[in-house]
Amino acid sequence: MTSNGARHHLLSVLVENRAGVLARVASLFARRGYNIYSLAVAPTDDERFSRITIVADAESAPLEQIVKQLHKLVNVIKISELDPLDSIERELMLCTVRADPTQRGQVIELVSVFGGRIVDVGHDELTVSVDDVPSRLDDLEDLLSPFGIAMMQRTGRIALPKLDRASGLGS
Amino acid sequence: MSEQPVRMSGAQALVKSLELEGVEVIFGLPGGAILPVYDPILDSPIRHILVRHEQGAGHMAEGYAHATGRPGVAMVTSGPAATNIVTPLCDAFVDSVPMVVITGQVPVGAIGTDAFQECDTIGITRSVTKHNELVTRARDIPLAVRQAFLLASTGRPGPVLLDIPKDIVDAANPDAQMEWYWPTDEEVWASLPGYRPTTKGHPRKIKEAAELIMAARQPVIYAGGGILKARAATVLRELAELTGIPVVTTLTARGAFPDDHPLALGMPGMHGNFTAVTAMQESDLLIALGSRFDDRVTGKLPAFAPDAKVIHVDIDPAELGKVRRPDVPIVGDVRLVLEELVRVLERRVADGQPDRSAWRQTLSGWQERFPLHYEPSEPGALLKPQFVLEQLRDRAPEGTIVATGVGQHQMWTSQYWRFTEPYTWVCSGGLGTMGFSIPAAIGAKAGMPERTVWAVDGDGCFQMTAQELVTATTERIPIKVAILNNAYLGMVRQWQEMFYDERYSEVYLSPDLPDYVKWAEAMGCVAIRVESPEEVGPAIERANAINDRPVVVEFRTDAAEKVFPMVPAGLSNSDIVVGPLPEGTVQ
Ligand SMILES: Cc1ncc(C[n+]2csc(CCOP(=O)(O)OP(=O)(O)O)c2C)c(N)n1
Ligand SMILES: [Mg+2]
Repeated sequence: MTSNGARHHLLSVLVENRAGVLARVASLFARRGYNIYSLAVAPTDDERFSRITIVADAESAPLEQIVKQLHKLVNVIKISELDPLDSIERELMLCTVRADPTQRGQVIELVSVFGGRIVDVGHDELTVSVDDVPSRLDDLEDLLSPFGIAMMQRTGRIALPKLDRASGLGS
Repeated sequence: MSEQPVRMSGAQALVKSLELEGVEVIFGLPGGAILPVYDPILDSPIRHILVRHEQGAGHMAEGYAHATGRPGVAMVTSGPAATNIVTPLCDAFVDSVPMVVITGQVPVGAIGTDAFQECDTIGITRSVTKHNELVTRARDIPLAVRQAFLLASTGRPGPVLLDIPKDIVDAANPDAQMEWYWPTDEEVWASLPGYRPTTKGHPRKIKEAAELIMAARQPVIYAGGGILKARAATVLRELAELTGIPVVTTLTARGAFPDDHPLALGMPGMHGNFTAVTAMQESDLLIALGSRFDDRVTGKLPAFAPDAKVIHVDIDPAELGKVRRPDVPIVGDVRLVLEELVRVLERRVADGQPDRSAWRQTLSGWQERFPLHYEPSEPGALLKPQFVLEQLRDRAPEGTIVATGVGQHQMWTSQYWRFTEPYTWVCSGGLGTMGFSIPAAIGAKAGMPERTVWAVDGDGCFQMTAQELVTATTERIPIKVAILNNAYLGMVRQWQEMFYDERYSEVYLSPDLPDYVKWAEAMGCVAIRVESPEEVGPAIERANAINDRPVVVEFRTDAAEKVFPMVPAGLSNSDIVVGPLPEGTVQ
C-alpha cells in the first residue's frame, strides 16, 4: 500500500450533510474513471455539513477536471486541494499482531517508538493503535509483519492545511 | 397580513407546485405508486398527455423543452416506468436539455425491502441527471419542486428527477397532510448552498478574448448548443457581423445562426461539409461558444485545428480544458459574455480590423469547389434521400420545426435543411438515441401548436417509438412524419460497407415488413407511400395541408446512398472523405 508520494491529490471536500451525498461523490469518481486511494467522511463542527477527505490518483485524471466535476454536484459546497507539503495529515491504524509472551516486549517497544498504544492484549496477540502520517504507518506495518499481522484496519487519511505563521505582527 | 393556513395532501401540493412553476403540460402514464398524484391532476388546468410508453414521455418533454426553452415535465410510476425513462434522462443530460421528471416510488417504509415495483431510481439515475432527490415528507414537496425547476433551467441546463414515495402523496394518510407554503426565490437559493453558477464573464478574460480576435487572420466561430440554451442567437449574429468572422454551427446548434447568412459555414464534424470542417482545421483562432469539443466534431484530437488558438466560453467550468486547453477560458452565460465582448469589440474595431479578405476568399473557394452533392436517381430507381429532404425543406411553411431520429436520415436532414431561425431543430446529438424523433416532435408540437412540425425518421427508428403516434392522434397533436425507408439500419450499413468490406451483418430490415401505411393508418394517421420522384412534391403538399391528425409519408429510398462528407472515426479532420462531386468540379 503506497498512499503517499507526488502521484496523489489530496482533496478536502465540504458537502451538505444529507443522505446519498457520499454515493454521489463515489459514483462520480467511478463514472469518470478517477481512482480513489482512500476516502474518509466525518461530520464537521457545523451539523449541516460533512467533510470528505479524498486521496485520488493523479495519473487517472488531471486534478482540475476532478475538482470541476466534483463542483458540479449540487451538494458539494467547497473543495480545497491540500498540498501534502503544506498540510497536516493523519491516519489511524488498528492492528492485531501475533506476539506470544516472549515477543510482546519487542512489539511494545516498536509501537512505542511510533507513539502508538497497546489497546488490547490476548494470549498470544496484541492490538495496537497508532495515528501518524500515512507513510509512517506504512513503515510500522512493514516492521510488524514479521511477527504476523492477524488483522489490520486503516482509516484513510484526514488532513488540514498548515497554519500561516507569516501573519503580520507589526507589518 | 396573516393568511389562513391552507391544508392539503402531498399530492395536491405537488400538482399545485407544478402549476405555480408555470407547467402547462405533463407527459406521463400512471401506475400504482404515482396513483395518488393522478387524482388531483383531474382538477388541474395542467394538460396531461397520456403516452403509450414512458420513453415517449421523456422524449416528448425534451422536444417540448427544445422548442419552447422551458423545462419539459414527465411523470411516471415506479419500477419499470422509472427504468423506461432512463434513456430520455441520459439523452437530456448529454444535450443539456431542461427537464423535470417525477417518478412514483414505493412508500417510505417499504424502501429497501424489494417491494413490488420498487427500484433504486435515485441510484440508477444518479449519473444521468443534473440532480435527483428522494422526497420523504409531504411538507418538503413545494421546495423540492422549486429546486428541481431552478436546477433544470439555470446554469448548464439538464434533467432533474424527483422520486416521490406513495405514502407522502396519499390523501388518506393523515401524516401526509401539509400546510401549504410556497418558498421564495431566496429560500430556494439558500437551500442550495453548493449551487452558484457563474453567469458573468470575467472582464479581464473578455478583454483578452478581444485581443485574440483583433489579432486573428483566420478565425472561426465554433457555435454549439449552448448558444441556444442561453438564448444567445441574436448576440452571436451581432458578433459575427461586427467582426466578419464566419460561423460553424454544430449538430446541436443548427438554427443558432441562419444558414442563408453570408458568414454561415454550416455544420462541422464527422458529417460536416468540407468548408466547415476545413475552416476549423486551418483556423488560427477558434472562438468556441457553448460548444464542448465533442469527438464527433474534433475527429482525432491531436490533429484537430493544430494551429488554432482557442477562446472557450461556457457556463460549465468543467468544459474549459476538458478536451482542449483554451488560451482564453471564460466561464459564464454565453449570452452575457457575448454582449460584453461585443461592447468591447465595438470600441476596438473602430480603429480598423485585420485584413481577412484572403481567408474569406479561401472559404468561398472551398464552398464553390466542395458543395454538398448527390447523383439524382435513375428513372424507375428508388428515391434519393437527399432529394426528399430538399423537397421537404423547400415546401416547409415558414417557422417549421424539424425533429429527427438517429442515423443517415438525421445527418442528411441537418445537412440539407436550411435553418433560418433558432429553436426549429430538435435532435438527439450527444447520445444519438434512435426513436427520438416521433415523441420529440409531439412534445415540440404540444409546446408550439401553431408551428408545422415534421419528424424526419428512419425506418429503424420509426419501429422503436412509432406507438406514440397513437398518443398524437388521441391528443390531436397533428405532427407530420417522413420515413426515409431504406430498408436498412442505414448508418450501420454505411460503416459496414466502408470499414468492414461490405460484410453486412444484421442491418437489413425489409422495405415492406412492417407495412408502414397500414401501421400508420391503424394508429389513426393519414398515410401516404411515395415511390417515384414526381410523387414527392405532391405528397408533401398534401401532408402540409392536413392539420387535424398526424400524417405519415413513407418515402422508399435508396439504401446504397451514403452520407458524405465523412471523417472516418479515429482519423484527422484533414482526412475528410468528400464523396461524389458535381461533374466538372476542379479538384
Ligand atoms: C437506441 C439505439 N440503438 C442503436 C443505435 C446505433 N445506430 C445508430 S444509427 C442506426 C441505424 C438507424 O437506422 P434507421 O432509423 O433506419 O436510419 P438510417 O440510418 O437508415 O437513416 C443504429 C442502429 C442507436 N444510435 N441508438
Ligand atoms: Mg433506415
